[in-house]
Amino acid sequence: MKAAAFAYARATSVVNALELLAVHGDKAKVLSGGQSLMPAMNLRLLSPEILVDIGGLAELRGIAMRGDVLVVGALTRHVDLLRSPEIALHAPLLRDAVSHVAHPAIRNRGTIGGSLAHADPASELPACVMALDATIVARGPTGERRIAATEFFKGIYETALSPDELLVAIEAPVTGQGSTFFFQEYARRHGDYAVVGLAARAVVAAGRFSDLRLGFFAVGDRPLLAAAAGKLINASVNPELLAEAATALTNELDPQEDQQATAAMRRHLATVLLRRCVAALLARPELATGVAK
Amino acid sequence: MTVTRAPAESLSVLDRPNSYIGKTVPRPNLDRLLQGRGQYVSDLELPRMAHVVFLRSPHAHAKIVAIDASAARRMSGVISIVTGRELETVITPWVGVLSHLKGLKSAPQHAIAVDRVCWQGEAVAAIVATSRAAAEDAMEHIAVDYEELAAVTDMRTALDPATPVIHASLGDNLAFERTLDAGDVDHALSESEVVEAEFVFGRHTGVTLEPRAVVADWNGAEARLTVYQGTQAPHMVQNIAALHLGLREAQVRVVCKDVGGSFGIKVHIYADEMATYALSKLLRRPVKFVADRIESFNTDIHARDHRCRGRIGVRPDGTITAFEIEDLTGIGPYSMYPRTSAIEANQVVNLVGGPYVTPNYRARARVVFQNKNVMCQYRAVGHPIACSVTEGLVDLAAAKIGMDPVEIRRRNLITDDAYPCASPSGMKFEQLSHHASLAKLLQMMDYDALRAEQAALRTRNIHRGIGIASFIEVTNPSAAFYGVGGAKISSQDGVAVRLDTQGSVICQTSITEQGQGSESLTAQIVGSVLGVSMDRVRVTLGDTDNTPYGGGTWASRGAGIGGEAALQAAKALRQNILDVAAAILQSTPAGLDIVDNRIVNADDGASRIELNELARIVYFRPDTLPPGIQPELMATRHFVPRQYPFAFTNGVQASWLEVDTETGFVTLLKHWVVEDCGTIINPQLVDEQIRGGVVQGLGAALFEKCIYDERGQLTNANMADYLVPMSGEMPDIDIGHVVSPTLESELGAKGAGEAGTAGAAAAVANAVNDALRPFGATITEIPLTPQVILTALGRI
Repeated sequence: MKAAAFAYARATSVVNALELLAVHGDKAKVLSGGQSLMPAMNLRLLSPEILVDIGGLAELRGIAMRGDVLVVGALTRHVDLLRSPEIALHAPLLRDAVSHVAHPAIRNRGTIGGSLAHADPASELPACVMALDATIVARGPTGERRIAATEFFKGIYETALSPDELLVAIEAPVTGQGSTFFFQEYARRHGDYAVVGLAARAVVAAGRFSDLRLGFFAVGDRPLLAAAAGKLINASVNPELLAEAATALTNELDPQEDQQATAAMRRHLATVLLRRCVAALLARPELATGVAK
Repeated sequence: MTVTRAPAESLSVLDRPNSYIGKTVPRPNLDRLLQGRGQYVSDLELPRMAHVVFLRSPHAHAKIVAIDASAARRMSGVISIVTGRELETVITPWVGVLSHLKGLKSAPQHAIAVDRVCWQGEAVAAIVATSRAAAEDAMEHIAVDYEELAAVTDMRTALDPATPVIHASLGDNLAFERTLDAGDVDHALSESEVVEAEFVFGRHTGVTLEPRAVVADWNGAEARLTVYQGTQAPHMVQNIAALHLGLREAQVRVVCKDVGGSFGIKVHIYADEMATYALSKLLRRPVKFVADRIESFNTDIHARDHRCRGRIGVRPDGTITAFEIEDLTGIGPYSMYPRTSAIEANQVVNLVGGPYVTPNYRARARVVFQNKNVMCQYRAVGHPIACSVTEGLVDLAAAKIGMDPVEIRRRNLITDDAYPCASPSGMKFEQLSHHASLAKLLQMMDYDALRAEQAALRTRNIHRGIGIASFIEVTNPSAAFYGVGGAKISSQDGVAVRLDTQGSVICQTSITEQGQGSESLTAQIVGSVLGVSMDRVRVTLGDTDNTPYGGGTWASRGAGIGGEAALQAAKALRQNILDVAAAILQSTPAGLDIVDNRIVNADDGASRIELNELARIVYFRPDTLPPGIQPELMATRHFVPRQYPFAFTNGVQASWLEVDTETGFVTLLKHWVVEDCGTIINPQLVDEQIRGGVVQGLGAALFEKCIYDERGQLTNANMADYLVPMSGEMPDIDIGHVVSPTLESELGAKGAGEAGTAGAAAAVANAVNDALRPFGATITEIPLTPQVILTALGRI
């Protein structure tokens, strides 16, 4: 388990990194936290000709408020999300999600930009940025472009980024009062990839959802913002309506079978998560189990 | 702890003042390991050392048509590329059979495959290079032309006439079969309620922290091979390496210092290790092989993978009338060398029903070949299968007649005053303590309160379960295990102790240390018996040139056998020291004692002479000793159990867990173990052995499984997909003891290394079924994954 030989360049600036990517195209891989890339290289599943290490680019690190937008630099590590007061205040969903990402040693190295650009359908942060209605900021040779999170993920390990682009930041609108969040995943062991997971953001007023974004993960080839949520918005939620939403959800999902779960089990767990999520967000525990399957 | 036997009238050699026996003392090797000064083979570097990487078959079964390594040979750093055909001129093939396992057959296995590969992962060529990375680079440029053959992967159809025979010379795919019929099972079952179930056990493996590692160093000038290897049995490796390289044992030295975990994985002879010895001899330089994680999953022995149909007869009053099993297991293409792959099934036959009084027992076990990785002995060989089947059946019988699981055990466990006695399969029990252990367990877990809590929570739709599992464990094996079958695997161990010139003690033992505390228990025994403080005792292990001959550490034998040898050697040295002291002090040996590193009067304890002063006189001023005195400040003793083939231990475990009946996920809440390993030398070491064993059993119960597809491909050979138990999912594990020392040794210690693994999965499975009882679901398959549980509940 030794990586094949590769060249290595440590980028001195974002501009320098983009120059390197322009030269090497898809023969290069960007090294951020390295927590997915290095194992894949050691297993020789990936053999890039060159690694462009962006680890030293301080300009890509940090969490800041810009007006009512929360800006998270691509190199912000998982552990920073976990400890940041801004994240706790404005996007606690990220904090809750990160505590499920692997283990401390990995969270100390892994970055949000790396996780999003890697686009593993079973990982937590892609679903979170969809639930948060965030925007991905990419910089390329011709400048910067903003991609809605819902448009960013294209398939297993596939994103809207082109080989000469670098993911530089994530922008999440801050929704203010009334926003609540829910994060839960079912994993065989703590820190494992989820069998099924759900990252949700809701606005609840007078016991009803005025907004509900349900970001499911590990249910298909990319995170899914469930359209079924629409059935629950501005409606009086009761077990029957919830059952209807659950049915809609199972129709919407196209889960894959793997060693942990069949497609049927993933659909089933997604509906359990849906019910538990709605029960938690509306603070109505009876909804968690009150729905006939 | 509960002591079942009254202490002897007089103080034993272990009850001396300042004894370390029964005390938790820090392990002498802790600082060394914690400061990174362990001597692991993986870290070893020798001058001119080359690294070998094995190109392994991607197919489960294929003919090797051609190997083209010409491009790879030209690559930078490559020293040699060697095929099986070339290596067989250096090392002979082997057949893993033992004569006492009647009918066991296997085919010759080569260090590197010749003409044909029989499992995905079997080595096809060795690439020897200046670094592992260079060897891996070259490996990508070797072209092998395979002709794929039909793979035998399903053990259930391995014996069907339509299934291809893996080794034509053997005639069929049956490696071994054993039947047993004791008492009158048919009659017993005809007068009983009969419950039947099929128990399914996933294939799993040991996953040591340090992978298998070997450095072989052939020294042409001495005509001698030194093998540095993480092994549990250095003298066995010496014997086998010599045998197949055409050397005398004296030409092979095996050195085994620190080992990063073994669990039975490292007690076997692996083809790639044999190839490494041979490559060193062929290339006349040191060669290092360290398995990487993928190789570990594909080539470290696998275990379990049984399907066992079981029946139990029970009367309305709870009397268990009979057990009957039909066990089937698939072992891969070869019986492992030299311990064979029939032992696990054989143990299942030996152990089913073992804790219970019923004399009626019938068993049939069949062991079949298949094109998967080899299977062999892993921690608690056969015990988890036998325990899960027995205890699963007992719980099913209790449910059938509406009896509490504890009550049915109370009525059927062998009573504590019935010993010595034997099981229907002929296992001889010296002294067990099932009832004392069960009573202690119930008290520790507060069984009645737990049942009340369970009932209260059910009304709130929270489903918790209690599972109980009694077990017996084979420890301290005599020659009955391997020696009688013709294997050169010693069941005796030896210890040499020597007083140095300053009154410290050097102790050499043939048992080995893989983390379980062999070094500590040896020092504790020697220090206690001699009257020397532990910091003055230095223990050497794992070197065939520098320790007495012996078996090593496996089958829970280190403390019971190696510990007794240490005790006897220390006693002999103590007598020798007292003889000299009596001569120096013009006293009698009986009038003196050794306490706290000095000779004292036996009666009033008054100090007479320091040990270092005695040693100074003996080594440097022997001229001052009285004539006729020849001091012997070194003594060696060996020990092997002769009276009982095995020192059986016993115990009982309980699991308390919660099942999320909507998701199928299980949360382990608490686990209890009461076990009886006889004399406890170091309580903390024993408890941690139990806990570690329990965790491996919990891994089997909930997580671990080698998943093969129908073509014989192992599909989860990595740490992300093969789920080892981790601390986050583990419950607190409370441990209690009952102490029934074996009278076969002065020490009285039995083994403790495998008790935890033996019963943990059975307790969990019973607890899950207990939790699911309101749903009418019964599961007899492990691992108990969410998928399995949701399926049983009919939710998916």
